[in-house]
Amino acid sequence: MSEALRPVFAPWNDPDEKPLIQFKNVTKRFGDFTAIDDLTIDIFEREFFALLGPSGCGKTTLMRMLAGFETPSEGTILLSGQDIAPIPPNKRAVNMMFQSYALFPHLSVWENIAFGLKREGIKGDALNGRVDEMLRLTRLERFEKRKPHQISGGQRQRVALARSLAKAPKLLLLDEPLGALDKKLRQDTQFELMDIQEKTGTTFVIVTHDQEEAMTVASRIAVMDEGRMIQVDTPARIYEAPNTVYVADFIGDVNIIDGRATPSGEQVQIAWGEGMSDITGTTDASFEKGDQVHLAIRPEKVSISVEKPDDTPNAFQGKVVDIAYLGNLSTYHVEMPNGQIIKAQSANTRRLSRRAITWDDTVWISFTATAGVLLKR
Amino acid sequence: MRRLTWFNTTSLTLGFAFLYLPMVILVIYSFNSSKLVTVWAGFSTKWYGELMRNEAFLDAAWVTIKVAVLSSTFATVLGTLAAYVLVRAGRFWGRTLFSGMIYAPLVMPEVITGLSLLLLFIGIGLDRGVMTIVLAHTTFSMCYVSVVVSSRLATFDMSLEEAALDLGSTPFEAFRLVTLPIIAPAVISGWLLAFTLSLDDLVIASFTSGPSATTLPIKIFSAVRLGVSPEINALSTIMIAMVTIGVISASLISKRAAVRQRLEEQQAVRS
Amino acid sequence: MRRFALIAIPYFWLLALFLVPFAIVFKISLSDIALSIPPYLPQLDLAKGWEGFTKFLGALDFENFEFLMMDDLYYKAYLSSLKIAAISTFLTLLIGYPIAYAMTRAGEEWRPTLLMLVILPFWTSFLIRVYAWIGILGQEGFLNQTLMFLGLTSEPLIILNTPIAVYIGIVYTYLPFMILPIYSALEKLDNSLLEAAEDLGCSRITAFWLVTFPLSRGGIIAGCFLVFIPTLGEFVIPSLLGGSNTLMIGKVLWDEFFSNRDWPLASAVAVILLLILIIPIILFQRNEQKQRESEG
Repeated sequence: MSEALRPVFAPWNDPDEKPLIQFKNVTKRFGDFTAIDDLTIDIFEREFFALLGPSGCGKTTLMRMLAGFETPSEGTILLSGQDIAPIPPNKRAVNMMFQSYALFPHLSVWENIAFGLKREGIKGDALNGRVDEMLRLTRLERFEKRKPHQISGGQRQRVALARSLAKAPKLLLLDEPLGALDKKLRQDTQFELMDIQEKTGTTFVIVTHDQEEAMTVASRIAVMDEGRMIQVDTPARIYEAPNTVYVADFIGDVNIIDGRATPSGEQVQIAWGEGMSDITGTTDASFEKGDQVHLAIRPEKVSISVEKPDDTPNAFQGKVVDIAYLGNLSTYHVEMPNGQIIKAQSANTRRLSRRAITWDDTVWISFTATAGVLLKR
Repeated sequence: MRRLTWFNTTSLTLGFAFLYLPMVILVIYSFNSSKLVTVWAGFSTKWYGELMRNEAFLDAAWVTIKVAVLSSTFATVLGTLAAYVLVRAGRFWGRTLFSGMIYAPLVMPEVITGLSLLLLFIGIGLDRGVMTIVLAHTTFSMCYVSVVVSSRLATFDMSLEEAALDLGSTPFEAFRLVTLPIIAPAVISGWLLAFTLSLDDLVIASFTSGPSATTLPIKIFSAVRLGVSPEINALSTIMIAMVTIGVISASLISKRAAVRQRLEEQQAVRS
Repeated sequence: MRRFALIAIPYFWLLALFLVPFAIVFKISLSDIALSIPPYLPQLDLAKGWEGFTKFLGALDFENFEFLMMDDLYYKAYLSSLKIAAISTFLTLLIGYPIAYAMTRAGEEWRPTLLMLVILPFWTSFLIRVYAWIGILGQEGFLNQTLMFLGLTSEPLIILNTPIAVYIGIVYTYLPFMILPIYSALEKLDNSLLEAAEDLGCSRITAFWLVTFPLSRGGIIAGCFLVFIPTLGEFVIPSLLGGSNTLMIGKVLWDEFFSNRDWPLASAVAVILLLILIIPIILFQRNEQKQRESEG
C-alpha cells in the first residue's frame, strides 16, 4: 500500500517536534468554581488552534491565562519551554485580539497600530515601515488617519488584527473575533485570517462557540466542557471520529442510537429496540457482550429510499414525520417502529423530482457497517 | 416633541421660576440707584464702580481665587487617585473605612468639618493662613472629585487597559496613555466642581483661615449680616454672570461635540 | 508594592485630615475653657513624659457634656434642628419630585437644557443665593412690596427672621440636591414597564404609585439624605434668614466658638451632633453602595 506523499501539517504527530505552548496539569479556580480542571495540552508552532465549547466551559479563561490576565491556581504553563506565570502581560511575546476589539477611541487607526511598537521603543523609519506593512496586510491604507468611531465594524476588526500582529508575536490569541460580523463578512474574514496566519507564520489560538468557524479555520480543534478538553483533533477526525457522544453532538448534526452490544468477530451487533433487527457496526474499541453502546451516525451517511435496498447490512423501515428543506439538502426525520426518530440527509440532485419523498411516506433508511462510530459514553 | 400634561408643565414652570426668580431680582436690584436696595429709585451702575474701588473686596477675591486654584488641583489629583482605588483595587484591608471616609464629607455639616480641621491645625502648631484653607478645601473637595471620577471609571471599558498592557505598556503607561485621556472630561468636571466648592465656601474657610487670609465669602458674609447692600448685589450679579456664561458654553461645547461624533459614526457606516 | 503606595496616598491623607481631627474634637470636648492660646486646658506636653500624660488624662472630664444635658438651650437646639431638618427634607421632596418627574417626561431634546437649568443654580454661590432671599423676604422686601402692590395684603408680612424664612431658604438651596438623584433614578426607568402596567389595567395615576414611585426609591432616599444630614448642622441659612428666633445647632456651635470663645463646649456640641448623625450617614452610604451595585 502506498500513499501519495504530500506534506501534511501535523506537528502533533511528530515526536521530534517541540511544542510552543505546554499546559501541564493546569487548574484554575475562582472561589468555589473550578474553571479549568487539571488540563494538559501541547500546542505547536504555526498551528491554528481552536478552543470550542459552550459558555462557561473555560475557553476564555484558558486564553486569558495565556495572555497573562489570569494566573493558574495549580500547574504550569510553558511558552517555548519557559514558565510564563511570573511574566506580566506587558512583557510576554503574546498578543491578543479582543472580542470587543478594544480599539483606543482617542487614537487614530495608525496610532492604534503603532501603540505596541512604540512601547518597545521603535521609532522613525522602522516604526513607519512596520505600521505601513500592517496597513497593507489588512487593506486599511485609506483609513490610517481615521478614528475608530469613523470606520465600520468590519474595518475596526481589521484594525484590531493589524494592531495585534504589529509586534510579530509568537502567539496570537483571538477572542471570538468574528462574533460581531454578519454572516457573509464572517465567511470572507475567516479565509482572510487563515491567509494571514499562513503568511506570517504566527501561531493562532482562537476561542469560538461557532463550530462552523472552528471547522473552517482550525488545524486542530479542542472541544471543551466544564474546564476539560474532551477531544483534541483535526476537524476531520472530530467530525468523523468523535470520542464521546458530547463531541459527536456538539459538532454538526448527528443521530445517536443507544443499544446493547454483542461482539461477533470483527463486528458488533447492537440490539436497539424490541422487534427490530440488530444494527451491524465496526469499531476500533473493544466491547463486551451486554455493554451499553452509543452509535453516532451522521445524517448524510444515512440513505433514504422508497424500496428496500439490497446488500446493505443495516436497513430499517419507517415513516417520514418531518422534512427540513434547505435548498441544497433535505433532511428527512423518519420515525422507527420503536419511536426513535432517525435523520437521513440527501442532496437534492434532481431539480424537479417527480418521485420526491414526502410526509407520511413509508420509507427505508439504510447505512453501512462502517458509517457510524461506536462510543462507550 | 412629546406633549406634557398640564401637571408636568406647571411643575416645570413653577419649579424653575422658584429657582431663578430670586437671582433675577438680585440682578435687577444691583442696578438700583438707591442705597435702600429694595426700593427702586432708578437705573444706575454706580455700585459696580464702588465695588471695583473697594480694595478689601478685591484683595479677598484674589485670595479666594488663589485658594480655589490650588485646592482644586490638589483635590483633583487626590480624588482621581482615590476613585481609582475605589473602583479598581478590589478588596483590601480597611476598605470599608476608606469608602466611608470618601462619602462622609459629602454630607457632613460644614461646622463639624471646619471645627475639627482647625483643632487639628492648632494641635500640630500650624499657623493659619492661605495654606491651611487650601489643606481644608483639598480634603473635602477630593471626595466630590472622587465621586465624579469613580462613576466614570466604573463604566470604563477595562479591556482597553488590558489591550494596552497586552501591547507592552506598563500599568502606569496604560493609565497615562489610554485611561486618562478617555476619562479626561470627568476629571475636568471634577476640577471645576472642586473649584466652585472652594470659591463658595464660607464656614470651613471661617474656621481655618488666619488674619492674613480673608476670603471673599467671609467678606460677603460679614457685610451681609448687617442686611442688604447694593455692592453685594453688584458682586453677586458679576458672579452669577460668570457662572452662567461658563455653564452655557460648557453645555454648548459638549452638545456640539456629541453631534459631530454622531455624524462621523453615520458616515463611517456608509463608507 | 506599587499598589500599596497607590492606596496609601489618599488613605493616609483622609485619615490625617478627616478622621484624626474628629479624635481631636473629642479630646477637646473633654477639656476646659481657659484664657490661653489655644483657649483650652489641659494641653498635652509630650516633653513631660508619662507623668505629664497621666496628669493630662486626669484633667479631662465630661463637664461640658453634663452642661449640655442640663442647660435648656442645647437640647432645645438639637430638637429644633431635627424638626427643621425633617420638615425641610419633606418639603424639598414634595417640590423636587414633581420637577424631576416632569423633566423625565419632557422630550429627549429638552433634557440637556433642563438639566443645565437645574445645575446652574447649583454652581452659583450658595451664599449669594441665600442672600437674595434677604432682599425678598424682608419687611420692605420684594415679596411684601408685590403683595401690597397687588392689594393682597395691607400690612407687610413678617417672614424674615422667622423659621418660615429658614424653611424657604433650605428648600431653595437644597432643591438641586433632591432633584438630581431622583431624576437620575427616574431616567433609568424602562418606559415599557409603565406600558405593561397600563396594559394590565392600571390608570395613569395607579401606574405611577405602583410602578414608578417604588422604583425611584433609591433616588428618593439619596436625595433625602443629601438634604437632611447637612441641614441638621446648617449654619448660614439660619444665621442670615432665621434671626434669633430660630434655634439651630449649627448656629449654636458657631456662637460658642466665635462669640463665647468656648472651644471645649463647641467641641462637645460637635461630638453630640456627630453621634446623632452617625446612623443617617451610615444609612446614606449603604444606599449609595446599593445603588452602585445595582448599576454595575
